[in-house]
Amino acid sequence: MSEKPEHFIVDGKRLDGRSVNELRPVKIELSPLDRADGSCYLEWGRNKIMAAVYGPRELHPRHRQNMTKAVVQYRYNMAAFSVDERIRPGHSRRSIEISKVGRDAFEYVIFTKFFPKTAIDIFIEVLQADAGTRTAGINAASLALADAGIPMRGLVSACAVGKVDGEIVLDLMKEEDNFGEADVPIAMTAGGKITHLQMDGNLTKEEFYEALKLAKIGCDKVYKLQRQALIEKYSKECAGNGEDASPEPEGDADE
Amino acid sequence: MGKTPAPSRKVMQMSDDVMAEIHRDYLFNLVLKGERDDGRAFDEFRDISIETGVAGMAEGSALVTLGDTQILVGIKIQPGEPFPDTPDVGVLITNTELIPMASPEYEAGPPREAAIEIARVVDRGIRESKAIDLEKLCMVKGEKVWIIFIDIHVLNNGGNIIDAASIGSIAALLNTTLPAERYGLGEDSPLPVRDIPVAVTAIEFGGELLLDPSLEEGKLAGTVFTVITNSDGSISGMQKSGIEPLTIEQAMRVVDMAGTAAAKIREKFLEV
Repeated sequence: MSEKPEHFIVDGKRLDGRSVNELRPVKIELSPLDRADGSCYLEWGRNKIMAAVYGPRELHPRHRQNMTKAVVQYRYNMAAFSVDERIRPGHSRRSIEISKVGRDAFEYVIFTKFFPKTAIDIFIEVLQADAGTRTAGINAASLALADAGIPMRGLVSACAVGKVDGEIVLDLMKEEDNFGEADVPIAMTAGGKITHLQMDGNLTKEEFYEALKLAKIGCDKVYKLQRQALIEKYSKECAGNGEDASPEPEGDADE
Repeated sequence: MGKTPAPSRKVMQMSDDVMAEIHRDYLFNLVLKGERDDGRAFDEFRDISIETGVAGMAEGSALVTLGDTQILVGIKIQPGEPFPDTPDVGVLITNTELIPMASPEYEAGPPREAAIEIARVVDRGIRESKAIDLEKLCMVKGEKVWIIFIDIHVLNNGGNIIDAASIGSIAALLNTTLPAERYGLGEDSPLPVRDIPVAVTAIEFGGELLLDPSLEEGKLAGTVFTVITNSDGSISGMQKSGIEPLTIEQAMRVVDMAGTAAAKIREKFLEV
């Protein structure tokens, strides 16, 4: 592990030159995988995440089926080579917890009632990790679900906020995550409803309130990027068919 | 021993989920009137009792009851190797066992999702509050440190295991001895504990926020939100789970309610 930097913020700039409310560069590619019903490759700073969605499809074993709605399954997994020291492949306690809260983050937006007895499977593979993989995973999953044509109230957008040098900052990078004072990963709908929220570190109540406000700003930025990526991809599809590709005006689909 | 369980309990044992669903409208209408099934206020905890030192072979222990929930937390400490990436600090390992004794829903076997989540949230509070000075638990850098095991044994699931487990864990740690003599490493001493983190869990039900959900309330809740507060009122951990969302205002209100409730619990049960 690298050494703790003396200062995280100098003249309003962070270690990688970002301001306190700036996200790392994001690159989104839709449908990179052929076999999955929907997929998304996402680069978030130095994080590289692949998300795939299968379903709705028959859920096995049958006794796990729900007669009233689809069962959402979420698997967050880190590739053994995604971090400095190789991690043992397969489930860890950390990945089991992240998978659980990841699933919770999507249950609200997916219209599960439309597909009783089925499974909607969301798979996240972290190929390269550099702090913020669970939120990056949620963002990629959201797009993969849309790409799979799963009916949803809207997209889920996620980012982390944290505290370094006593300041609340958006989207922690590796050093800030390791040596910072707090980390708060959050996911929201476009309407600002929180579907994922965790926190560790140390924050006063007031700092947490500030963090929530900054998270809303961050999630709004992510939502715009996600929306743009979908419009670009499906505009091309439409153009290919000689159809009108003009996007609908922006709005909060989930309210 | 000749004691017949109340009929409602007997039915409860058939399926907690089904009974909770049957009671949904009843509990919902109560909440609309500002009431709860057991007569508590929305921000009121059930009765708490803590008995420490109940497991004699453990370095520290606490039996906690929170309403019907009973949890025994045992602390074992032994010397061992540090993790390679943190060679100069002690090791803290938290585990939760949802044993089949505690609920007809639990099955034997390795910890699953629910147990892992509980253990990790309790661990987060103790670790992030820095209640235990792990740096002081290093004996030889890179070679020998104290390893602290917190084992949370749920005996009876009456709802809100996380808060009971959090209270039990810190109560047990406050009562823990570092067993140096046994390993020929000097004299025994009390484990230094610097802070008293307390987890407080709220659910959203019927548009209201309810603290310390009972078993049925917890089953019906769409959102479960745990906030862990330290002695100085700062926050050291949070976890939202459940399939319904939380508004920003609700999150802020829970933080407020949790801080107040945690301070009361700390003052009444955990301050030495």
